[in-house]
Amino acid sequence: MSDHYQIAIIGAGPAGLSAAARAASNGLNYVLLEASPAIAKTIQDYQKGKHVMAEPSVLPLRSDLQFAVGTREQILNFWTTGIDALNVKIQYDAEVKSIQGEKGAFAISLANGANLSADNIVLGIGLQGNPRTLGVPGENADCVQYTLPDAAALKGETIVVVGAGDAAIENAVSLAGQNKVYLINRRDEFARAKEGNLKLILDAIEDGSINCYYSSSPLKIEKREGSDKPFFFTLKTRDGEAVVPCHRIIARLGAIPPRNFVESCGIQFPNENMNAVPELSPKYESNIPGIYVVGALAGCPLIKQAMNQGYEVVEHILGNPVKPADHPLLEKRMAVLPFGLDVDETLEMFRSRIPMFRALTALQFRELMLDSKVLAVGANLKEGETLFQQGDYTNSFYTIVDGLVALEITGDERKTITMKGGQFFGEMSLLSGQRRTGTVRAGKDCVIVETPRRTMVKLLNSNEQVRRGLDEVFIMRSLQANFVPGLSFDQLAPIARRCEFQSFSKGEHLYQEGDTGSQMYLIRSGSVVMSRTSDGGELIFSQIPSGQYVGEGVLMGVPQRMDTAQAAVFTETIAIDRDSFRALLKLAPDLVPVIQDRTKDRLVEGVSIESGPKGGEVMSFLMDQGLGESTDVLVIHEDLCVGCDNCEVACAETHQGVSRLDRTAGASFASVHVPIACRHCEFPHCMKECPPDAIHRSATGEVYINDSCIGCENCVRNCPYDVIKMAYPAPKKPSLFSWLFFGAGSGPGQHHDSSHSDDTAALKKAVKCDACMNVPKGPACVRACPTGAAVRLEPKRFADLASQSSGGNHESCT
Amino acid sequence: MRVAPKVFHQSILRYQQYRYGWWALGLALLSWVIYMFPNVEQPPNGGSWQGYTLGTIGALLILWLLWLGVRKRRYARGSGTVQGWVSAHVYLGTALLWVATLHCAFQFGWNLHTLAYGLMVAVVVSGFVGIWAYLNIPEKMARNRGDKSLEDTLLQISEVDTQCLRIAKNVDAEIARLVQSALDRTELGGGFYRQLSGRDYSSVEVRGDGESSTVQKLVRNRDQKRVIQRLAERQSLSRGGEETILLQELLWLFARRKSLLQQVRKDVRWQGWLQVWLLFHVPMSLALLVALSIHIFSVFYYW
Repeated sequence: MSDHYQIAIIGAGPAGLSAAARAASNGLNYVLLEASPAIAKTIQDYQKGKHVMAEPSVLPLRSDLQFAVGTREQILNFWTTGIDALNVKIQYDAEVKSIQGEKGAFAISLANGANLSADNIVLGIGLQGNPRTLGVPGENADCVQYTLPDAAALKGETIVVVGAGDAAIENAVSLAGQNKVYLINRRDEFARAKEGNLKLILDAIEDGSINCYYSSSPLKIEKREGSDKPFFFTLKTRDGEAVVPCHRIIARLGAIPPRNFVESCGIQFPNENMNAVPELSPKYESNIPGIYVVGALAGCPLIKQAMNQGYEVVEHILGNPVKPADHPLLEKRMAVLPFGLDVDETLEMFRSRIPMFRALTALQFRELMLDSKVLAVGANLKEGETLFQQGDYTNSFYTIVDGLVALEITGDERKTITMKGGQFFGEMSLLSGQRRTGTVRAGKDCVIVETPRRTMVKLLNSNEQVRRGLDEVFIMRSLQANFVPGLSFDQLAPIARRCEFQSFSKGEHLYQEGDTGSQMYLIRSGSVVMSRTSDGGELIFSQIPSGQYVGEGVLMGVPQRMDTAQAAVFTETIAIDRDSFRALLKLAPDLVPVIQDRTKDRLVEGVSIESGPKGGEVMSFLMDQGLGESTDVLVIHEDLCVGCDNCEVACAETHQGVSRLDRTAGASFASVHVPIACRHCEFPHCMKECPPDAIHRSATGEVYINDSCIGCENCVRNCPYDVIKMAYPAPKKPSLFSWLFFGAGSGPGQHHDSSHSDDTAALKKAVKCDACMNVPKGPACVRACPTGAAVRLEPKRFADLASQSSGGNHESCT
Repeated sequence: MRVAPKVFHQSILRYQQYRYGWWALGLALLSWVIYMFPNVEQPPNGGSWQGYTLGTIGALLILWLLWLGVRKRRYARGSGTVQGWVSAHVYLGTALLWVATLHCAFQFGWNLHTLAYGLMVAVVVSGFVGIWAYLNIPEKMARNRGDKSLEDTLLQISEVDTQCLRIAKNVDAEIARLVQSALDRTELGGGFYRQLSGRDYSSVEVRGDGESSTVQKLVRNRDQKRVIQRLAERQSLSRGGEETILLQELLWLFARRKSLLQQVRKDVRWQGWLQVWLLFHVPMSLALLVALSIHIFSVFYYW
């Protein structure tokens, strides 16, 4: 006769242990089954002495076991002490083979031949048994491994770690001391890493102990006999292909749910996506009543959340009402809503109304809501209130839950589109880094969720479905904005689905003069320089920012490419082929003259630059300076600059005594000087990986750092243009009188040394140009220039600058 | 974000289509009309009502022109742009010559009044020098620097110096000493005159006459000429082998050094000229303010 339990808990990880501890303190009849011979296998597998974090820090812990930030050993000690004290019983080496039956009578058979039964099952088996593979040719080579049990055992090797999550970072850092380590990050930032790890990895990259390939992905692995390093790992990087000879490759790409076993229990997954996790009720119950899923398998990889769930699930089984730990935080957020529903009902309603939210797991959605703001007309929003203005540089993302929202686009003619519940907006600026393409106003009874860019970027990186959904709408809106404003999403959707995303490394060609192409390109992010051959040389005649398109000629009947399009910075495009274009033309026959008009404008621009001998070279120079991604850049004309440094003095005087520009530094060409000063990039590199989220873009486009800076210097490291400095806050300037007569402090325009401070409590903070967003009269550097040498330019004026400089006459530009 | 106006990189004279040039012309015409206004009681002079009117205009103009020094330092709240102020300063300052001359009705003498007038002329003329400097020198400096900064050039010189010293370790004592001394005794910058003239005051210790002399003498080394000469001499005498290669390399390095040093000297010289006129313009305008105050005081005191 087999044993029968009220609850069978499968997996003695953080969630399972916490559930068992709860069951034990409630005096329930339960069993905890663990496949391995010890508790918490994933954590046992951590490297010795590994620092374990307790994220998210705002969330309180709710468990009978203890947990806090500490080393691997401390955490394991918390739990062993806890389970001893509560006398939690665990069956080790008890791998579950199958689960059958229904609530009240589940039959569980174990691999060791034993059988038992239970009323309820709590599944907390985690994901670690099922790592995601590299998915490239050669991935089965014996140099590829998915775990790193003992970093100290490896010495003097060249090791490539693939991945950008916490596991990858920790492995890379622990190997770096005694090995040569490369890290491959598919993206250009470490968006998924915890704060502590972020600092570790960025420091290691900074001091050169780890070489990081950003925006890079594996292509293939080859074994080459006779070589000192036997494996050749080929990567696609933003600067083209790269080959890294190595001894070992460690892939830490996360894990995917052990779907076969879970499905064999009858639990359904919402879709075929590898990452998908079972759909659960707010009480963590699966589609099979009586089987509950918690922890990583429920889409929640963090220890604290898993432990909370373990506690809560037992309370749910007992029928005790218990709110999740983040409940009070969400309740506060939802207080503005007019629906009269509680938090769970509200979340359920949001998910039922909004398709995009359904693509998230319940927990991902909860996290998203914790980071977002809820806006409701009648509470914290007025009907008709502007959410953002056309031309603004804001980049948060909005989802409409209820009511109406009016989108107004002012172009050649003014047009209003009404959006309703379930739709979202703001994805154009979020994805392209460009200004808002329309003005949005709150309509009648509207309820909106506003999600900050950081949260969305994290979500886009981790949820393919959301990314695809957003991209599709982005394509449709781009098509509307550029070509067919009158067409609806329904008409455009089939075309949008056919469009292809492509990415180009800096300097890579979209197409070259003389090619026979069949695609045009909408620029999703980055920018493209246009050039053509002239007198045997390459003449750059234009720079096209994101949001616009290039290469339309071949679709308009021109037999071959008349010019060359090259990515000025890392650029993503949406390719529209001949068939899609024909489909567009069929829907909007009046499209041809619109495109012809645009082509004509571009030709005129090209010719005006060519009129001077150096125009193209100036344009090339500007692009080489990285201005392809700028939105507002300080340019000094050397033929006018008298070197008085009034620009720097004015900057310092208006910005706490520290000049944010360095006039003499920076490159020059043909009398055009680009000093070291912030150019307010489309996708500010500095904004990535700012732990306190202190760097923002104002609605008018200025990228600035607010007071919450903690002085971690991530932005200083991330800025490719060296425009961010660390400085102590300046002491207050003395009055003219006390300076003049008593020599107090520094006088007007006098330099003060910001590299040290008398105040021992003072913190060195990051400072950079904010384009004088708070100076009502405009940028001080420009206004203080006595000769008009200093100007600030938007990229669309580069052509003017180039044609002006090419004539060699600074007074010729009118 | 506020960015460049439609027309940018205009010189101070062309600023806003010569806006302040027209203003100055208007002021000059107005002064002329006042001056020519028939006056039956007096011939034209500073004491007539026309004289007082023009004097008041001139005095206010001087105060306003001096105010540029204050406006320039009001970084956050000053009105307009400094470029606009400078443009107006240039044109209206020029007009002041005319206004003041009409005010005194071409009457000059050996007195305090004419001293004030003289100072005013000196200030305006030094201003003209400034305009010339501002309009011409930056372009010359830019051409001289090429696409490098002064720091880049100085860095290059120090790299060349390091290379010279490295080679000097492998050549005979005479050349080693020559190289060391040429580097040590290279002069850049220096006093007022030296900077503005851009002349090279470098020197070098060379061996006294005769190939075997042990006496060292100090000679001028303008543009590294002496060192280059000596290196070339030795090069022509050397009989191949490593020494020839090293001497050749030194020769190249010193030729490069020469052109880099010239670049720096020119830059220093132009920078000096961009600033030196202000050393006259500003103190003299303060002197003018004092003289003007005394002039006005005395006029009314001895009414």
